[in-house]
Amino acid sequence: MKLLAALSLRIATLFQRSQINAEMEEELRSHIQHRADDLARDGLDRAEAERLACIEFGGRERIKEECHEALGGNFLDTLLQDVRFGFRVLRKSPSFTAAAVVTLALAIGANAVVFGVLDALILRPLNVPQAESLYGTEYGLDPGFQSYPNYLDLRDRNRSFEDLAAFNFVFAGLDTGKNPSTATGFAATGNYFDVLRIQPYLGRFFHSSDEQGPNSAPFLVLSYAYWHSRFQDDRGVVDRTIQVSKHPFTIIGVTPPEFRGSLLFVSPDFLIPIVNQDQVNGENILNARGDTHPIFEAIGHLKPGVTPDQAVADVNAVGAYLEKTYPKEFGQKSSTLGRAGLTSFDSAVRQFVTGLMLLAGLILLAACANLGGLFAARAADRSREVALRLALGSSRKRILRQLLTEAVLISLVGGAAGLAGSVVLLRRLSTWQPFPSAPIHLPVSPDAKVYVVALVLALVSGLLFGIVPVRQVLRANPYEIVKAGSSGRVGRRLTVRDALLVLQIAICAVLVTSSMVAVRGLVRSLHGNFGFELHNAMLVGTNLAMAGYSGDRVPAMQRRMIHAMEAIPGVERVGLVNNYPPLVYGAGSRVSVFKEETRDLRPANADPRIVLATMGGPPALEPAERDERDAETLVTAALNGTSLPHY
Amino acid sequence: MTDQAQLLPGTLDLLILRAVSLGPLHGYGILLRIGQISGNALLIEQGALYPGLFRLVRQGLLKANWGTSENNRRAKFYELTAAGRRRLREETANWNRLVTAIASALSVQPEEV
Repeated sequence: MKLLAALSLRIATLFQRSQINAEMEEELRSHIQHRADDLARDGLDRAEAERLACIEFGGRERIKEECHEALGGNFLDTLLQDVRFGFRVLRKSPSFTAAAVVTLALAIGANAVVFGVLDALILRPLNVPQAESLYGTEYGLDPGFQSYPNYLDLRDRNRSFEDLAAFNFVFAGLDTGKNPSTATGFAATGNYFDVLRIQPYLGRFFHSSDEQGPNSAPFLVLSYAYWHSRFQDDRGVVDRTIQVSKHPFTIIGVTPPEFRGSLLFVSPDFLIPIVNQDQVNGENILNARGDTHPIFEAIGHLKPGVTPDQAVADVNAVGAYLEKTYPKEFGQKSSTLGRAGLTSFDSAVRQFVTGLMLLAGLILLAACANLGGLFAARAADRSREVALRLALGSSRKRILRQLLTEAVLISLVGGAAGLAGSVVLLRRLSTWQPFPSAPIHLPVSPDAKVYVVALVLALVSGLLFGIVPVRQVLRANPYEIVKAGSSGRVGRRLTVRDALLVLQIAICAVLVTSSMVAVRGLVRSLHGNFGFELHNAMLVGTNLAMAGYSGDRVPAMQRRMIHAMEAIPGVERVGLVNNYPPLVYGAGSRVSVFKEETRDLRPANADPRIVLATMGGPPALEPAERDERDAETLVTAALNGTSLPHY
Repeated sequence: MTDQAQLLPGTLDLLILRAVSLGPLHGYGILLRIGQISGNALLIEQGALYPGLFRLVRQGLLKANWGTSENNRRAKFYELTAAGRRRLREETANWNRLVTAIASALSVQPEEV
């Protein structure tokens, strides 16, 4: 009750300030008048009596200030006063204010953007239940890629995972009867949803029991987003049959809205059972043990009590068994576990984003040093104002508070501007598709965490650069400063600012160097020597599997396409390649290259210096005579040239 | 003027309460009353009275009302509340105990120890 009363009094004093002020003023004046009356009675003339009464009374403004303090409700009140005064002062020097706000907006904006990315990729786990015990295996010939039979063995022989699901990408043409369009999906093992512990939003999911051999489960689960955008939330889609790459599939369910697949970068439009992947991708993968591209990642929850290290040992034991049993097809490399969501990019992404965050932090620090210097200079310029206020009876605490309020005001305005910019940028990032033909995106969404971080950064930096002139004010001697005029400078101030300048230059040097290195790297990779002429080369993308072509019909169609293209006026030469860098996100397989003297052609004996990456599927080049020559040239180019990063 | 004593910290509030306990007074009146009852022996800066007054009002020991003074001027008159009266009693007792103790300590002669 007492607290409530005190609080209401505080709020009341806050709002009645002007009234209280007027009353206080009147009361003090009344006092002086009474005193003057007495003095006049003693024989002084009225004017002289009033002057004397004023002098006797003491510093009226200081006393009023003390009275306000005695009344309580002071903190908010003073703050409001400071804020109002701060705004007035800042409006008086718009260029200073603009420079400070823009500096901070850039620094805090950069930090907010990087933090948004950091939050999305590292801090936020995959949006599935119990994501903390969910791990992806990197196992087999290549991290993240393995064959379907190897996956089955790993699933059945490991003792660390509760269950192991796997998925791969499928790029399909979806035909619902009107407007056929391409879509990206996951071909997932039957236990995929059960391993991830996801419940359907609509209809049902497919399960292990649906897998009865190749092409036995023509079922399709739509993602919520795709269902929303493509099917306009039509609840009647369940049990409808649609054409997926010219094969009939039945829509059986819709995933919940928050589920975006088991990868952070790519969210599938739809999911089909992996046993039906052949129909969509046009190739038979279920029995190819040596084909290491059909599985993108195998994921599962670790059993309770099993540590990741134990699981790694377990997976490696299975790998050793497989290498012994299938020496021709299986080349074991030591495997690791990665956090589900980023798979084998995990540590790379972590390092990259952490580095980025560090750089952003440095930018903010440089900005703070810069603003600290600016504020110190400004405080020096305002030394006369400060001295005058001190002389008029203001306390140093009060002046410092006011200066800090100004700094925090600037930092908040700058922070708000930076945050607004970063939200726009993050929104654009989340819809940005770095590669037009690949469904890769950054799952960033500015949320409360980003706002809080920006706010805290703004406040901290405000206090940080606001604190720089503190010593200066504390040491200020009003008498000296007023006497010396505004040109009065003391050596000490310069040393603080010099130190800040040095700090700023040092940080900026680091930042400039690192950005130069990054830009140089980018330029180099853009103008890299691929061993063939990029200029005037045009790419036409097709996916024959999407159109239902498979087996022998593919080369025939490719030949027709090549001839048709050669007939186009201005076209010199036409070649065919299955995929091209840097878009090797798709199912890629690798071919072991052996030294000439090697007789035992098992993967383990391959020349480790040469990794020839070809893309899976039918032969990369059409086996017509001329095209064969092209194929040879290309392979030779690849081996001689510098284009392959592994070489 | 120079023979006036500095106030001990905290004693101004006690003096204000005492002055007001003798009848409602405005600020200047309180000052005059303190001078009168202390035999003009205490040095009080005039303005310093007011933060004390506001504090006592806030603590609920005084209440204030606007009125007209003997000089026919508008002035704010202060009077004791019940809590103020109680506080004055307590503080007076405390003060007396303190004074007695210090006085006896100071008046001790060597042979009495």
